[in-house]
Amino acid sequence: MTHGLESTRAGGLTPPLLEVRRLVKYFVRKRGLWRQPSVVKAVDDLSFAIGEGEMFGLVGESGSGKSTTGRCILRLVEPSSGEVFFRGEDVLRFSRPRMRRARRDMQIVFQDPYSSLNPRMRAGDIVEEPLIIHELGSRAERRGRVADLFDLVGLDPDHLTRYPHEFSGGQRQRIGIARALALNPALIIADEAVSALDVSIQAQVVRLMLELQVRLKLTYLFIAHDLRLVEHICSRVAVMYLGKIVEMGDTRALFASPTHPYTRALLSAVPMLDPDAPRQRIPLDPDSFDREAPLKEVGVAHLAAV
Amino acid sequence: MAEPLLNVQHLSVAFEGTRSTVTAVDDVSFQIAPGETLGLVGESGSGKSVTAFAILRLLQPPGRVTAGRVMFEGRDLLALPEHDMRRIRGARISLIFQEPMTALDPVMRVGDQIAEALTVHGRTGARQRAVELLSAVHIPDAERRIRDYPHQLSGGMRQRAMIAIALACHPALVIADEPTTALDVTIQAQVLDLLRELRTQFNLALLLITHDFGVIAEIADRVAVMYRGTLVEQGPVRQILRAPAHDYTRSLLAAVPGAGISSLAP
Repeated sequence: MTHGLESTRAGGLTPPLLEVRRLVKYFVRKRGLWRQPSVVKAVDDLSFAIGEGEMFGLVGESGSGKSTTGRCILRLVEPSSGEVFFRGEDVLRFSRPRMRRARRDMQIVFQDPYSSLNPRMRAGDIVEEPLIIHELGSRAERRGRVADLFDLVGLDPDHLTRYPHEFSGGQRQRIGIARALALNPALIIADEAVSALDVSIQAQVVRLMLELQVRLKLTYLFIAHDLRLVEHICSRVAVMYLGKIVEMGDTRALFASPTHPYTRALLSAVPMLDPDAPRQRIPLDPDSFDREAPLKEVGVAHLAAV
Repeated sequence: MAEPLLNVQHLSVAFEGTRSTVTAVDDVSFQIAPGETLGLVGESGSGKSVTAFAILRLLQPPGRVTAGRVMFEGRDLLALPEHDMRRIRGARISLIFQEPMTALDPVMRVGDQIAEALTVHGRTGARQRAVELLSAVHIPDAERRIRDYPHQLSGGMRQRAMIAIALACHPALVIADEPTTALDVTIQAQVLDLLRELRTQFNLALLLITHDFGVIAEIADRVAVMYRGTLVEQGPVRQILRAPAHDYTRSLLAAVPGAGISSLAP
């Protein structure tokens, strides 16, 4: 499948829309007066770039740091160090008002459509809120825009005055997407955006995201733990393990010949739909690789920390 | 098929409200042979968990079994006095839940929780048996681990501890309700391997409730597909996965990433 612009590559002719350089986020936990505080390296020297119009997958298991990475890019969590270039400018150096404006172009869709929407607000108001915050348009213009957004994400504009609990999980996620799209962003960070949904609903929401990618020329950072899903919708993918990217490359190349021991263990654990397919689990031996090894080229458009 | 261990016949469950009644399970019939694994698949709200709760008679009002029989080892569970049912629950049929952190008692040591399952059912030597069970589910250093509280265990270890509790009294049937859904994929693979191993070792029958066809393909012998309270299709796992007969099963399979999502491309 060729979603995303195959030609747009980090280091290619066009500059990437988003480039993360040596991003670090440490969480320090104090452990009383006399003991050394413990440091969790949630994101540990991460670098990657996403081309315009690309659907870039960031995969890993719980605790790998993938969600923290997404939040650091938007500065919902302040990174400890590093650079995040968006359209060539380092957003980590932006002042607060400047960052607020920048967020128009970078939006996030969260995993849980049950807790990420304010239960006391009507769906239409939820979608309109970003327009009010950024003081865009008159009330009538905003209402028109909200109705258009409802239409765009496949929601019935007659349901504008309903509350979140009156919608199903899939519809709620559509509200979350409509809200993220309200300001016409260029980049959507989808943080496990479809993980909580039933498969049939998940497929519908994924289809919507793919359609919007083409129609609105959106770029996605698709954060997920579902490798099967990422394999089928992302053009490139990075695998995270304990705060580091251990492997990154073209989805097809990476899935065809996983090189890092962690990627191999992870892929071998994914359940297969064919009950007769040979199953060979590769257990992960954390001592079998060097955690500090840098990424190096192992194939065409394919890097691994081996 | 040999004499089934569990024979659910025409089971119906309704939730009665003040104004309307919702039929959550509608005339559901299936059998599980000794040592067999039946996968019960469906999406949220399809009635699969309600079916499990009805079998164990754990339904809370307003939920109520309105029709059917649940034959287990020659007796109709739905007609048993509660006293007898208690000797079956946890002993002959046990239950594994999705979320081990909420299913385990947070302020009780893991070993004591396993021992509790044993002493409730009148077994002696509970502590030693708890160690054996934790070893059987491959928790390393079981002697020491029985003194841990649930929060000291990782998610995968907690699920193993819950499996150990479920196995404590040598049940003939284990009902596992989304046992791996909350786990990372590498941990899920380990837990599925463990269930597969224990199934052979103890000749366990397994009713595996899941929304994930991948998990079904990994472990089930037969599959029953549930949609809006009814079983729309059941059969051997290969037949259902390769040649699903019902439209709903087909659409469900097509929605599994990797199976048909490429056809979703705009």
